[in-house]
Amino acid sequence: MILNMGPQHPSTHGVLRVLLEIDGETVVRMMPDIGFLHTGIEKTCEAKFYQQVVPLTDRIDYLCPMTNNLCYVLAVEKLLGLEIPPKAQWLRVLLNELTRINSHLVWLGTHAMDIGALTVFLYCFREREEVLKIFEMASGQRMMTSYFRVGGIALEPPLGFFDRVREFAGYFPSKVDEYENLLTGNPIWAMRTKGVARMTAEDAIALGASGPTLRGSGVDFDLRRDMPYSSYEKFQFKVPVSQEGDVFARYMCRVQELRESIGIVRQALDGMPEGPIKADAPGVVLPDREKMKTQMEALIYHFKIITEGFAVPAGEVYQAVESPRGEMGYYVVSDGTAKPYRVHMRAACLANLQTLPKMCEGRLLADVVAAIGSIDIVLGEIDR
Amino acid sequence: MALVPAITDLQELKNHPAVARLLDWNAEAVTGAKFDRDEMTIYVERDHIREACVVLKEDPACPFNFLSDVTCVDWYPSEPRFEVIYHLLSIPNKERVRLKVRLNSGSPVVESVTAVWPGANYFEREVFDLFGVRFTGHPYLRRLLMPEDWEGHPLRKDYPVEGYR
Repeated sequence: MILNMGPQHPSTHGVLRVLLEIDGETVVRMMPDIGFLHTGIEKTCEAKFYQQVVPLTDRIDYLCPMTNNLCYVLAVEKLLGLEIPPKAQWLRVLLNELTRINSHLVWLGTHAMDIGALTVFLYCFREREEVLKIFEMASGQRMMTSYFRVGGIALEPPLGFFDRVREFAGYFPSKVDEYENLLTGNPIWAMRTKGVARMTAEDAIALGASGPTLRGSGVDFDLRRDMPYSSYEKFQFKVPVSQEGDVFARYMCRVQELRESIGIVRQALDGMPEGPIKADAPGVVLPDREKMKTQMEALIYHFKIITEGFAVPAGEVYQAVESPRGEMGYYVVSDGTAKPYRVHMRAACLANLQTLPKMCEGRLLADVVAAIGSIDIVLGEIDR
Repeated sequence: MALVPAITDLQELKNHPAVARLLDWNAEAVTGAKFDRDEMTIYVERDHIREACVVLKEDPACPFNFLSDVTCVDWYPSEPRFEVIYHLLSIPNKERVRLKVRLNSGSPVVESVTAVWPGANYFEREVFDLFGVRFTGHPYLRRLLMPEDWEGHPLRKDYPVEGYR
């Protein structure tokens, strides 16, 4: 029988359509069908200035907007050859890790809810509420923050920001203990996730899987540690790796990543350097408002950047960062003008989605739901 | 990091592991190389791309076992029009390399690399969908993001940003 797990389904986390050929309860073949959320972001980027693309990038992987921002601005800064001040880099790391915590909380809540543990969803969103309030404090927006700019950060974080983050970092590890209390030792959770949707390391690498999907199968690779960017080399953190390759292994990887991320946030708070938050490049970075209102050159730069954009020397760059889902890459091609010639987003989930048929064929129908949850799928990234 | 001018002379770059390996295997397949902004780009002849990928994947010194991305750039109206780009990553050596194949608008066809990395499947389908480049040997070359009955290839430069009404 061919069953359609349609685009509107509570467990597909977005508009994913999966065509299942089932024989009784066993899945014989499985084919994902995507494209329901395609909005042509890559084409739109070609019609906008470089700084106007930043809000577009937020909406690609909407659960970790700052990671998208970071990847794009790092790519453009590489094209321009800009030197970013240390305070901006550390702030970027801090916010990136808070974003990772945010994304993993949504993953945990929805994944557990699909499998049946409804309480975990509300617990995770209680913590997420605090992180969203922190983002709103810094950038004015809860989710689509667009807080990073080419050359640094948009605004200085307000007074009380670091204290609030420190308070959150104080109580968050005990909340992760709460989630683990509910799930890790739970026999029902173990029966639903252990041994389910196994994937070997060779298959994962051949199919292009990355992030916790790859690390759950035993491959020890994390872009933050192995090919660091934005001063990640100055932070100490462990990279959790599991050997079994099943849903439980990926769950353990991500839950431990929650603990590691809050550790990085604490390190960033303790060691935050002083200094400017924007690079010293008047033709690219907007001047301070006070300077813009009193100095003629600053006013002219402000006007020119906003109305004409800044020309980026011709060339191409592929910048990859470790998003909560895996390797997110931005391939930016410049032809020397103020608008990018081509922006391509390498979505981590598109490659991870290819592992789904391999994981689910031959297994029960109920395991498909567990497998979809374990690869942490976000359709915005897949379809763009 | 301030900008350094790009190095495009193949002779200067032949010590890079990927370039050396490809030149060792078949020097005519490599039509050029560029080292710009700390990234290595190698231009490969269309007919040799799949074998070049196999050579790089199985290189014992620096195995490029992970295919990060397959994408395309449309340089309309200049010829060769399409440039199909392969981003490879070597997980053990933590090295990246970019391979580029140039295609004319008259025959935008290239061999698929799904036999080398099954993960190229969706990436090549997306390039076919949005640019119209065909991949021979692909197991299921159909549109991925656009509806199946869509006409036209949206990311080409002669397709308007607003689309057709």
